[in-house]
Amino acid sequence: MSPMATTALPPAATPPELIRNFCIIAHIDHGKSTLADRMLQITGVVEERAMRAQYLDRMDIERERGITIKSQAVRMPWAAEGTTYCLNMIDTPGHVDFTYEVSRSLAACEGAVLLVDAAQGIEAQTLANLYLAMENDLTIIPVLNKIDLPAAQPEKYAAELAGLIGCDPEDVLRVSGKTGEGVEELLDQIVGQLPAPEGDADKPARAMIFDSVYDTYRGVVTYVRVIDGQLSPREKIAMMSTKATHELLEIGVISPEPVPSKGLGVGEVGYLITGVKDVRQSRVGDTVTNAAKPAGDALGGYRDPKPMVFSGLYPIDGSDYPILRDALDRLKLNDAALVYEPETSAALGFGFRVGFLGMLHLEIVRERLEREFNLDLISTLPNVVYEVALDDGRTHTVTNPSEFPEGKIAEITEPVVRATLLAPSEFVGAIMELCQSRRGSLRGMDYLSEDRVEMRYTLPLAEIVFDFFDALKSRTRGYASLDYEPDGEQTADLVKVDILLQGDKVDAFSSIVHRDKAYAYGTLMATKLKELIPRQQFEVPIQAAIGARVIARENIRAIRKDVLAKCYGGDISRKRKLLEKQKEGKKRMKMVGSVEVPQEAFIAALSQDSGSEKKK
Amino acid sequence: MEDVPSVLPDGEPAPRDGALPSSALTHLGERPFGAYVHVPFCSVRCGYCDFNTYTLTELGMPGAGVSSYADAALAEVALAADVLGPARPPIDTVFVGGGTPTMLRSRDLVRIVDGLRDAFGLAEGVEITTEANPDSVTPDSLRELADGGFTRVSLGMQSAVPHVLRTLERTHDPANVGRVVEAVRAAGMQVSVDLIYGTPGESLGDWRTSLEAAVAMEPDHISAYALVVEDGTKLAAQVRRGLVTMPDDDDEADKYELADEMLSTAGFGWYEVSNWATSPTTRCRHNEGYWADGDWWGIGPGAHSHVGGVRWWNVKHPNAFAGRVNAGDSPAAGRELLTEEQRYDERVLLGVRLVEGLPLDLVRPDGRRAVAGLVADGLLDGPSAVRDARAVLTRRGRLLADTVVRRLLGY
Ligand SMILES: Nc1nc2c(ncn2[C@@H]2O[C@H](COP(=O)(O)OP(=O)(O)OP(=O)(O)O)[C@@H](O)[C@H]2O)c(=O)[nH]1
Ligand SMILES: C[S@@+](CC[C@H](N)C(=O)[O-])C[C@H]1O[C@@H](n2cnc3c(N)ncnc32)[C@H](O)[C@@H]1O
Ligand code: SF4
Ligand SMILES: [Mg+2]
Repeated sequence: MSPMATTALPPAATPPELIRNFCIIAHIDHGKSTLADRMLQITGVVEERAMRAQYLDRMDIERERGITIKSQAVRMPWAAEGTTYCLNMIDTPGHVDFTYEVSRSLAACEGAVLLVDAAQGIEAQTLANLYLAMENDLTIIPVLNKIDLPAAQPEKYAAELAGLIGCDPEDVLRVSGKTGEGVEELLDQIVGQLPAPEGDADKPARAMIFDSVYDTYRGVVTYVRVIDGQLSPREKIAMMSTKATHELLEIGVISPEPVPSKGLGVGEVGYLITGVKDVRQSRVGDTVTNAAKPAGDALGGYRDPKPMVFSGLYPIDGSDYPILRDALDRLKLNDAALVYEPETSAALGFGFRVGFLGMLHLEIVRERLEREFNLDLISTLPNVVYEVALDDGRTHTVTNPSEFPEGKIAEITEPVVRATLLAPSEFVGAIMELCQSRRGSLRGMDYLSEDRVEMRYTLPLAEIVFDFFDALKSRTRGYASLDYEPDGEQTADLVKVDILLQGDKVDAFSSIVHRDKAYAYGTLMATKLKELIPRQQFEVPIQAAIGARVIARENIRAIRKDVLAKCYGGDISRKRKLLEKQKEGKKRMKMVGSVEVPQEAFIAALSQDSGSEKKK
Repeated sequence: MEDVPSVLPDGEPAPRDGALPSSALTHLGERPFGAYVHVPFCSVRCGYCDFNTYTLTELGMPGAGVSSYADAALAEVALAADVLGPARPPIDTVFVGGGTPTMLRSRDLVRIVDGLRDAFGLAEGVEITTEANPDSVTPDSLRELADGGFTRVSLGMQSAVPHVLRTLERTHDPANVGRVVEAVRAAGMQVSVDLIYGTPGESLGDWRTSLEAAVAMEPDHISAYALVVEDGTKLAAQVRRGLVTMPDDDDEADKYELADEMLSTAGFGWYEVSNWATSPTTRCRHNEGYWADGDWWGIGPGAHSHVGGVRWWNVKHPNAFAGRVNAGDSPAAGRELLTEEQRYDERVLLGVRLVEGLPLDLVRPDGRRAVAGLVADGLLDGPSAVRDARAVLTRRGRLLADTVVRRLLGY
């Protein structure tokens, strides 16, 4: 056991040999943030009384949902065998939507702590994150967490984990993020096993931007990992992609609050403040160098995350449109994955088509818009991106089903993913059945241990991204886990289904679906709308159609009575208030042709029965 | 129906002495003036009813129990006379509603009428109505009412079909209703019966039976109300638990149309959406006052009043009511001073329900522009609109009166 480090090493004056940069990676909920808590405590950077669970999950949404969305880097001192080291730890998110956050963090590290819940064993994101770390040539330290749980099976899962990474089961460390057991040993091992950063202190500075965050008070805060050279306060720095120069107003480390320093040297991780107001001037993946003595080559950057799911976001109150635009601009500052452009819907008015990394990302963005900017929003049914080639040779990229081109269609392609599913072997049949019904094709299957199977599928993204996970969980009693990554496109027999009210298309309800599922979608929407739209003075036919062909229909019969026969004699106030309420409600009505549709009907019809709750 | 629902509206507090702004009094007496007296007692509570009424067991120790109720009511009569001052007009109509007013002895009901006469004076040809449950009156008690000045009795018949009455939890013997109608007439008063349609389990045939029975008794007036499932009633709980089905709008529309057809054939003309009378002289004038935006003072727990653009309502509980009036304070719980906009909305909302309809010159331009469309949609009567410049509901329009009001108000 190492004693707690007494004095931390000063930034800008710490030799690389004494630095260890690592991230904690794991499947969602396996305890990364809780383990990080214990490290913050044991190394003394957070005092006992300031401590709270998942200290690094700072956003309200993270705390409410109990998940990590943004990576967080912290500098901690640690003494091993009489020498004080500097550890830079990065806690990462586990949810598949935020995999790109993990890959950015990996690039700032030499090693990764691969954490596995000792009661759950290896799961899909364990594999996905392990592969990412291996691609980045990181040294892996395998660790079983939650060994305090009565249901923990450390022997079994140590063997599983050792089998996966090719080490001895004895080498798998065992910790409890809850009790702190084994955490000191883990810190020692991090010092012992992980390589120190390498770099040339005498070369012109090169630092990789791995995060860039807008802060209302301080402007853009840029997180960097220094590879070569040195960055110092008040010097001029340059962004290698744009050649733009800025003065370094502040430089420092996070421990776990920002602490200004005399600079950052080789191998160090910290933050810069230059006074820029827009994160696009300090882009993630760019290389920072000294303006006076610039480096020749930039470091390899990151690929921009690609949106997988699109949905239209519309303010319920049309006059909120400018607020929504500003709000998206603001969120974009901290969320490189967010893309959007204005669109209009005949039914919903002015809004934006927004691209997301997945359904959790969508939910979080929506929630933040509503909460932080006081907006009421309608979001349309999410969809993936399609390429539609017409007979005349033109092709269209369709991110909104209502923009599906008219004309003779030669072929439609849809994105596919390579999915990895992990589950106890008894569920193989159920999973195969599910994937079959989702147009999946099996690519391979391996036993990770006697009773745990890894199944690899190619699946259309559209089949997996919305409600697949819930279906999977319910068929496997919650035991299966899922990870996926984009894997190109395929052609498919897809059609656009339109929903018509009294013969008028409701653009917000159009959807692109596989031909075999068109009827089900059409009937579902028609029956939902019949329930949701109040009866009008005339009969309102609801139709679902592919082109001119009607595939499902319902009828809303004309209303015959709305008068209150029982009158509250004296209590006229009550009657007038009812009327005033209807007057208010009228503002929330949208006209589709001559049909009055309440906002609530849109919201309810567009809400999906199965959400994309936290993927556990 | 003139009765008091059990939930009070929100409003501003009313002054302790019940004083009204002088603006409310300037036109007092230019139009008929009414008095409503709310009697908040019933022997049992019917499952569908949410009126402000209490059974004797609910009341426990009576503060303003049945016996002392008349005194409390008279105390408010005195207060009313005081507030309205010397300019107070004589009363054109009195309506005693409930609850079950005939839970009080006829003597007490007459005493209240006497009090109104002393304090305000009764106009020539005054109409004085009481509601009554068929089981709570006798030929003697009715004669006593007639002698005391009562001119009308409104009977809660509801239905003639035993299983419907059972679902409504009405305890009276249907055979009794005919006898009571006879007795009211014998006492020299006009008689009206209340019917409810749309009760769960009631067929169109059942409803026809009830209408036929009502018509056969030859009352002067018939009210027919679609059953409303009110929050907080036993009926609402039964619907929620799936024990009975929610009344269906289309079924109720069919039943309304049947009622209007059968009643007009039998010589009853509609004069308000839910009310039919054998002639203009047998209408309930008090009731008409409500729809014509008239002035009236409501006496008793939870009663509502309207005088010159001020609406107020009394505290609900009989004990609270008695406490206030016995201390010489106004029993008003809250009030609203209506804006011009609100008064306009109300005039349209109320006036359009009457057979005379709404004079189109009272309607603002955007509302007048809606008239052609409403006639085309069959909701307003064409000839009345063109010839008499009045918005008069068609039968279809009476069923869709809320739509008509919304369109006349321009939204
Ligand atoms: N019993 C026990 N529970 C633990 C331990 N570590 C974490 N937990 C619990 O596991 C849950 C998830 O912990 P987190 O630390 O938020 O997991 P995470 O891996 O950071 O989750 P994401 O960031 O969302 O991927 C919480 O309820 C923790 O209290 C442990 O060692 N023992
Ligand atoms: C307050 S009651 C007073 C009459 C008397 N207490 C009785 O019930 O016989 C007046 C009328 O309102 C009607 N009524 C009461 N509750 C109703 C409801 N929930 N729906 C429709 N009509 C109702 C009944 O027709 C009733 O006769
Ligand atoms: S008797 Fe009349 S007032 Fe009393 S509970 Fe029944 S319906 Fe309501
Ligand atoms: Mg976490």
